[in-house]
Amino acid sequence: MTTGVHGPTRAAIDEKTLRQDRWWLPPLTTFVVFSAFVVYATVRAFMGSDYYASPYLSPFYSPCLGDCVEGASDFGQPFRAWPLSAALLILIFPLGFRMTCYYYRKAYYRAFWLSPPACAVAEPKTKYTGETRFPLLIQNVHRYFWYAAVLVGLVLSFDVVLAFRNEEHEWGHMGLGTLLMLINVVFIWLYTLSCHSCRHTVGGRLRHYSKHPVRYKLWTWVSRLNTDHGRYAWYSLFSVALVDLYIFLIANGTIEDVRFF
Amino acid sequence: MGYQLKMRVWRGDESGGDLGDYTVEVSEGEVVLDALHRVQATQAGDLAIRWNCKAGKCGSCSAEINGRPRLLCMSRLSDFEEDETITVTPLRTFPVIRDLVTDVSFNYEKARELPSFAPPPRDADNKRRMAQVDVERGQEFRKCIECFLCQNVCHVVRDHEENKPAFSGPRFFLRYAELDMHPLDTHDRRELAQGAAGLGMCNITKCCTEVCPEGIKITDNAIIPMKERVVDRKYDPLVWLGNKIGLRTKDNDGRTEV
Amino acid sequence: MTNPVNDRHPMTGNEMSGDAAGGMERHRYDVVVVGAGGAGLRAAIAAHDAGARTAIVCKSLLGKAHTVMAEGGIAAAMGNRWPEDNWEVHFRDTMRGGKMLNNWRMAQLHAQEAPERVMELEDWGALFDRTDDGLISQRDFGGHKYARLAHVGDRTGLEMIRTLQQRAVSLGIDVFMECTVTDVMLDQGDGGKVSGAFGYWRETGRFVLFETPSVILATGGIGKSFKVTSNSWEYTGDGHALAMRAGASLINMEFVQFHPTGMVWPPSVKGLLVTESVRGDGGVLKNAEGQRFMFDYIPEYFKSETADTVEEADAWYDDKKSNRRPPELLPRDEVARAINSEIKAGRGTPHGGIYLDIASRRSPEFIRKRLPSMYHQFKELADVDITAEPMEIGPTCHYVMGGVEVDADTQQSAVTGLYAVGECSGGMHGSNRLGGNSLGDLLVFGKRAGEAATAYTASLGEDRPKVDEADVKAAERSALAPFEVSDSLAQGGENPYTIQSDLQQSMNDLVGIIRTAPELERSLSEIEAFKVRAASMKVEGHRQYNPGWHLALDLRNMLVVSEAIAKAALAREESRGGHTRDDFPGPSEEWATKNLVVDLNADGTGIDLHEKPLPEMPDELKKYFEPAAAEPPAESKEGK
Repeated sequence: MTTGVHGPTRAAIDEKTLRQDRWWLPPLTTFVVFSAFVVYATVRAFMGSDYYASPYLSPFYSPCLGDCVEGASDFGQPFRAWPLSAALLILIFPLGFRMTCYYYRKAYYRAFWLSPPACAVAEPKTKYTGETRFPLLIQNVHRYFWYAAVLVGLVLSFDVVLAFRNEEHEWGHMGLGTLLMLINVVFIWLYTLSCHSCRHTVGGRLRHYSKHPVRYKLWTWVSRLNTDHGRYAWYSLFSVALVDLYIFLIANGTIEDVRFF
Repeated sequence: MGYQLKMRVWRGDESGGDLGDYTVEVSEGEVVLDALHRVQATQAGDLAIRWNCKAGKCGSCSAEINGRPRLLCMSRLSDFEEDETITVTPLRTFPVIRDLVTDVSFNYEKARELPSFAPPPRDADNKRRMAQVDVERGQEFRKCIECFLCQNVCHVVRDHEENKPAFSGPRFFLRYAELDMHPLDTHDRRELAQGAAGLGMCNITKCCTEVCPEGIKITDNAIIPMKERVVDRKYDPLVWLGNKIGLRTKDNDGRTEV
Repeated sequence: MTNPVNDRHPMTGNEMSGDAAGGMERHRYDVVVVGAGGAGLRAAIAAHDAGARTAIVCKSLLGKAHTVMAEGGIAAAMGNRWPEDNWEVHFRDTMRGGKMLNNWRMAQLHAQEAPERVMELEDWGALFDRTDDGLISQRDFGGHKYARLAHVGDRTGLEMIRTLQQRAVSLGIDVFMECTVTDVMLDQGDGGKVSGAFGYWRETGRFVLFETPSVILATGGIGKSFKVTSNSWEYTGDGHALAMRAGASLINMEFVQFHPTGMVWPPSVKGLLVTESVRGDGGVLKNAEGQRFMFDYIPEYFKSETADTVEEADAWYDDKKSNRRPPELLPRDEVARAINSEIKAGRGTPHGGIYLDIASRRSPEFIRKRLPSMYHQFKELADVDITAEPMEIGPTCHYVMGGVEVDADTQQSAVTGLYAVGECSGGMHGSNRLGGNSLGDLLVFGKRAGEAATAYTASLGEDRPKVDEADVKAAERSALAPFEVSDSLAQGGENPYTIQSDLQQSMNDLVGIIRTAPELERSLSEIEAFKVRAASMKVEGHRQYNPGWHLALDLRNMLVVSEAIAKAALAREESRGGHTRDDFPGPSEEWATKNLVVDLNADGTGIDLHEKPLPEMPDELKKYFEPAAAEPPAESKEGK
């Protein structure tokens, strides 16, 4: 197939790329880590058990709206009749948020689609239409997933508050789980607020900042966070998995929670 | 101080070519373009190189060094090991003319497809007023030196020749964003950006930003905001509904779609 | 937009031709502009707006011209910062900066029309920095009484060229990129009027003929004749040489501006410009001993308006009303000479420059915001962080005040139908150009030339001067001569790169910032020797994108221009503006009243030189220079 860099008008160079650095390392890392996360998250989401270790609720299951174990449902159980794991009810939102996220798109287009695998490295596919048609056209609804992600962030924050209790739900206590949940929710918020859609909504869409000083200020803050959006995407991915793992291990009795006070 | 630099330079034209080996004396503080000029002056008088200011300001000497799109004049030899062979090829997205020179007319054609700035009349005192905060976003984009490295690295056209008619490329998304954010422009270019310019083809893999010698945040500050603006115009049902019932930002008033 | 002659892309001309070696393209236009910098683009836009079928022909890609290197700003008395600023003050500053040797009418037109030309740029999409009121911000620069330079950070030239380029593209003006004009064609049967322009595509080597009654030269300067220069490769004096070969004259060629602040290290960027805005924004010059030496070099002429203490100079940045300007902001010629003296006296830096220090005077944020490309340039090219360390700088060849002698109102040369604008025209800046006056010059006179050329073409009706086919053949032969030579001379000549590099060294050493009669005489004899060597230089390869051949053709222009500079410099026995003679250190009253004019001699092998009295300024303008007006300059007698 002679198109792209091997097309008839291009400089005749056999190699697909002349890059000599380890350009394949970042996409490979992304591939391995994302795949591992997907496997772990899928297993945990379908498991439907060991997600609550009083007072901690796993972020994969929060809010727990299905037929959840006692103490896990702080917002009722409207989907009690749902036969599968309660995680599947709500994971769709953070999943959709991340799948349509401008940073994750870059990461998985490169690592999974190889489109392109790295800059100035020829991609293997011969046809490319980008995000112009279904299903990738759906990426344009990212802002709706962001609205949902804000709600999820609020729920997770509420869970952190609840985690300042002991197993008997008495206030004023804290354990390692609380700390991990707190760290996680900070990263979740940093990731959510640094979102490109958020940046657009708070002020990016304007043409006259001079007429909207408050929104300009907000936009400036979000813009500053936005430069590290990719970093927060990774940190929050790790932190959410770590919190779930910690709660899983306590819930199934493998370890004991470390109580600080 | 000085040492012998080994280079491989692509020589040829549309009908074919290959990498030629050169060894050239270089000294401290020099850039790749200096080395090539010395090859030109002492070994290959007809080596075709496009260059101009040699200061990273005009964006003429775009090429690929060890496979990476860069400006020859801004690539310092001290970034490489002394015993490393430096491979220089022409841009691989555009038709080659000769040696390191390519036909970049694609970019000039795309430039002509873009409706120009359309200001309202001046103020009563014959001046125009814009606030500094309102012009700053556009000023970042106007730092562009049109080296076309972003156009060259973009896989949409680099790897798919057939996409060229439908895709303007990062340099012109930058221009769309600049005009769409211009506090005075009276055109609404969102529909055009998505349609004629092919903004939807971009999958924001950010190589344009990685290669920009001016450090313009093309993806984060121009393309993604432009995509979001297109969503406002075309894909967001709430914005559509808001427009219908008059619940909307007045900031875009006075623009007509082109 | 397809071209009637063939299907070459009219914008880029980049379509490869099947018969690259043979054949010739022909185009008919009303106005052909040679050069696509600020002046050329503005002229083309004006010609187009006036109704002419216009073509732009340029050696580089569109948008790459040397105008992009301009950093500081466009001088225009808009009064956005200082309501008391007006064209009269600007006119006076310009004349005094040029040591009264300017063409007064050009200086007047420039000062009057620059503000509207800047506003036009804004109409076309330029995004200038703003004042708090939302108006175009204006900054201080050497020699300007008020903050007057409309600017965009320190990349004003880029903004200007991009704006003009985008305007020209939106108007659909034809652009012939990477196409070099080698001859202006004349109709000798019709009084030697312009009938066309002849050139070649750099890409294919194929010849192209433009049949047009009006040619506007906007080719920029001559800096590439010098080794240390801020100018790009294109600056080989093409317009100067084309005009002379067509029979026009050059004036003021002895005045070459050495910008005080060019980079001195690393060697590969030696000469690269460091914008005057560094000083306008608070930077100061220090020698290796840390002394702020400019206070020792304030000339009598500017004493009354220059601070003589560090305290007053520093206070000026905040309170310009009650303090005088720091001596670092004297006109460029003064500062360049002072730096040169310090270095010669052994107080230079390790790399042979002096220090330009803004790091110790302004915050890193301020520096990065106001001088982003300087920050970038030093960081990338010299590994110097200008927010933390001083820059090492020294004088660099920057601009030629001299150029084609033109009519002030129309920019027409002595040859009917041949116009010159921008740096390749002469007169506007006198013996020394003020910073910021160049960009204004491009716009003001670009527009005037475009309109005048269109009016002239229109006045001809269908009766246009004709291109003589014999001249076309001669032009072809002349362009191909470098290939012929290598065939005919069995022993083979030198390559053009060597001759160019020797010429640059020679001009730098002998016709540089400080000149003496013996050195100038030596330079003239060296130029004669270069001419001989150039006659037998050897070009390898074939015509397709062959830089060796291109240089061989450009070198002819560089030689003729270099000779013009050296000859005029030897004749002018005084020191004034951009011309400093060690053997005649002061200005002379006798030389204050005349320009030097150079022409190509009868057989086209050398330069003829003669004196010409300065045009007389009308009395209503003279009043701005009378001792009673404004601050009395001690030596204003110079202007009379």
